[in-house]
Amino acid sequence: MKASNSLWREQKIESPFPELVREIEIYETEIELRKQGKMDEKLFAETRLRRGAYGQRYDNGKRWDGKETQTLEFPSSKTELTKGANTVWDAPGMQRIKVPFGGMNPEQLEVMAELAEEYSDGIAHVTTRQDFQLHFVHVDDTPALMRRLAAVGITTREACGNSVRNVTACPLSGVCNTESFDVTPYAKGLAYFLLGHPDVQDFGRKFKVAFSGCKDEGCGLVNMHDMGVIAVKKIVDGAEKRGFELYVGGGLGTVPHQAKLFDAFLPEEELLPTAQAISRVFARLGEKKNRNRARIKFLVAQLGIEEFKRIVLEERATLQPDPRWTAYLSEIQEVDEKPLRPAQSLGDTLQTASFQRWYKTNVFHQKQDGYATATITLPLGDITADQLRAVADLSRRFTNGTVRTTVDQNIVLRWISEADLPDVHAALEEIGLGQSGAGTIVDITSCPGTDTCKLGISASRGLAGELRQRLAEKSHTMDEAIQSLHIKVSGCFNSCGQHHVADLGFYGVSRHSGNYTVPHFQVVLGGEWTHNAGSYGLAMGAVPAKRIPEVVERLTGRYVSEREKNESFKAFIQRIGKVQVKTMLDDLTRIPTHDEDPTLYTDWGDNREFTIGDIGVGECAGEIVSHAEFGLAHAERQVFEAQVLLDENQYQKAGETAYTSMYQAALTLVEELFFNVPKDHDRVAEEFRTRLYDTKLFWDEYAGGKFGHYYLRAYEKRNESFTPEEAHRRVEEAQLVIEAAHSCYSKLLGSRSLPRQLAGI
Amino acid sequence: MNIQHVNIKFYLENPETVKLADFAAIFNTWIQQQRLEELLVDVADYLHVHHGPGIMLIGHEADYSLDNRAGRLGLFYNRKEQLDGTTEEKLVQATRAALTVAQILEKENGLKFNGSEVQVIINDRLLVPNTVETFTALEPEIKSFFDQLYNGATYSLSHNDDRRERFTIIVKTESKFDVDTLLKNLSVETAHA
Repeated sequence: MKASNSLWREQKIESPFPELVREIEIYETEIELRKQGKMDEKLFAETRLRRGAYGQRYDNGKRWDGKETQTLEFPSSKTELTKGANTVWDAPGMQRIKVPFGGMNPEQLEVMAELAEEYSDGIAHVTTRQDFQLHFVHVDDTPALMRRLAAVGITTREACGNSVRNVTACPLSGVCNTESFDVTPYAKGLAYFLLGHPDVQDFGRKFKVAFSGCKDEGCGLVNMHDMGVIAVKKIVDGAEKRGFELYVGGGLGTVPHQAKLFDAFLPEEELLPTAQAISRVFARLGEKKNRNRARIKFLVAQLGIEEFKRIVLEERATLQPDPRWTAYLSEIQEVDEKPLRPAQSLGDTLQTASFQRWYKTNVFHQKQDGYATATITLPLGDITADQLRAVADLSRRFTNGTVRTTVDQNIVLRWISEADLPDVHAALEEIGLGQSGAGTIVDITSCPGTDTCKLGISASRGLAGELRQRLAEKSHTMDEAIQSLHIKVSGCFNSCGQHHVADLGFYGVSRHSGNYTVPHFQVVLGGEWTHNAGSYGLAMGAVPAKRIPEVVERLTGRYVSEREKNESFKAFIQRIGKVQVKTMLDDLTRIPTHDEDPTLYTDWGDNREFTIGDIGVGECAGEIVSHAEFGLAHAERQVFEAQVLLDENQYQKAGETAYTSMYQAALTLVEELFFNVPKDHDRVAEEFRTRLYDTKLFWDEYAGGKFGHYYLRAYEKRNESFTPEEAHRRVEEAQLVIEAAHSCYSKLLGSRSLPRQLAGI
Repeated sequence: MNIQHVNIKFYLENPETVKLADFAAIFNTWIQQQRLEELLVDVADYLHVHHGPGIMLIGHEADYSLDNRAGRLGLFYNRKEQLDGTTEEKLVQATRAALTVAQILEKENGLKFNGSEVQVIINDRLLVPNTVETFTALEPEIKSFFDQLYNGATYSLSHNDDRRERFTIIVKTESKFDVDTLLKNLSVETAHA
């Protein structure tokens, strides 16, 4: 744990989003409550996940070392302090950092470098959702890390857990020739509108949103998202109007679903309210108990798109107007990026062979003449702290700091004057990031797999690294048809590596042979990256992990030799058929005995005898914690803060905070019966009185209505000043009210035949 | 000044002969054998990254890596847990830990470290800002430590106050020092203490 954590707490953080700083203070209090045993581990796990602080492999304190499973004796193992079910407090974890639409500036890159050095292992990792991830982070360090991010306008809030994950967008938005219009401001508007919104706090699973500027390319991957939008324009009353094709219910995972068209033209001003209405319907009707069926795709499939749409539109009609729905639209032109240097063409100067290769694959000519976007290919999405600082320098030197991460786990520099491209490439080569091959077969996407993920079955990064190395060696001589293929690898069936939308996809599985377990990858062929992840590939069978390079070799070889004119890989696979493919790979699926070939019994990049015994309980699904449980936990945190204020002799503030905690508890219970209750003190007190106090639902078996009376009296006296004695009393009463609120919630759960009334009384 | 999280790097004399990829397996064996008197957790392979941390042995108290940052291969020690004691004592702890691992790698794996050049980083920008003032404040204790490590031999001490970097010093001596001698020098002082 870092010695400076307490010092960061004392630093005044000037964040562009002050509410983020308060959010970190709340999280820090929750950490303290958990350490004191005053917060349940399941609740803490979900609250931690909603701040992006994720578990990591071996955090149950067990690790297979190749011979036996060792117990990792962390200091906290002695106290049995956990940060979630079976998750040791001191075990290193992963911190996910949200980067809406992948947009970053140089200052943010520099902070990311500092955090990678000081809290992680010196590496920052770009994910398939344009996030950053840091690994091997101690949970005690996460508040300081979050403060430093907040200072440059970055949040980790809702990066994991059952919430709206990072909103992704095509990294070429605003500069692409095929887009209808720049979706950046809309992605940003929606991301910040939904961040922490009360209507997205009660999901049964995560919710992923993507934006695309056009229909045909792959950059937005709209079809594989819970909610995806594609920019479209339409002439309405003689004037051009912006809007979106709106899709819902897509998703990969074990059971991939293509998103369904919800609306062919959703006017821009309807984007945020419709997203809000969808969120409310998902929260209300989505599955909560069975997490395997809790994504919105199951709800859409179950209801059918027409019925789902009807319910959403009905919900939309009940929403109270919110000025934020359209406020951001007036600033849309103002956020347009500007170049740093004048547009100038590359000219005819003779360039090196290395530059020419890079220019061919990594440079995209923007719709703005004389400007280009350059892709920096990151091997396996990894970048060092030194490289991050160098990229920050480059973005300042050649652009106005216009940087984006991509879902291909790369970084793009936008708005480079084309004449500067040789200098940009030379600078990238100096820091080892000048490789060509962006978007080609060597630019392989991979999830973390068994390297760090608790759910990983096989070493996806190990395989991706091996394939990348082998393919890069012959990429210059490779047939053009192969070069444009996509390879994506996931460590398990959960599809974080997006294997379904690759030409050649692989996901980790295992098979038994004798007394051993053998790492395998399931081969998934013919997925479509373009057309926003237009179709998913088909599983062809599992092959031992060490033989996957041979699978790639055979399939690409046959494609080159037998493909018909301009035939895509997907079409080729469909034409030759699954039986043919299986026949081609059949010999590779047979497993020799351990004595015959022990190498097959280890995974890529890992010399340990393979096991699936290290697989833990994943946290992707988050913990199912109800809205009410969160509400009551907030009330508990507030009363804890009131106690701290008492200790600091801040009596007035302590008394007020104690009342706030009672109000929060009352509000939580009232919302269980009347979800849309206006959040004002008078109305909550009134509803509490009629629905919970007068009905005796809040009454204690022995104390009767005493605790309810404490709250109602505190409500009446909430504007009065407190003597030290009164403040003490108010804090004590608040604690009793919160205890009573927990009992009352249990009673409500026991009689849970009464459905929540979501749209009014 | 309360320094914590000392990082120290000893460079390899024979980097071109080192087959780094083998060390993932070697470090995994160390976890298997619980080779060090501290909790070892995992191995991380970053060989695919240019001038990166190479192969890492992740621990709870500290990480060790055969590190290639700045294009120079060496053994990098990163103390993560806090320690009590003076600046000198913390430098001794980190250096001894790094040298102990270097000694094993020399004896068992044929590596050869150059003890005549050391990089020291304090891995906490807020606690120990990278300023001239910090250097001035810490210099006496740092010198006292290196006087001990190099047993009175002449050495140079340099500091670069680049605002983006962590507090870093480079120490070089023209005398030849090997790992065993440096460990011995540290032990002598400890015995005196």
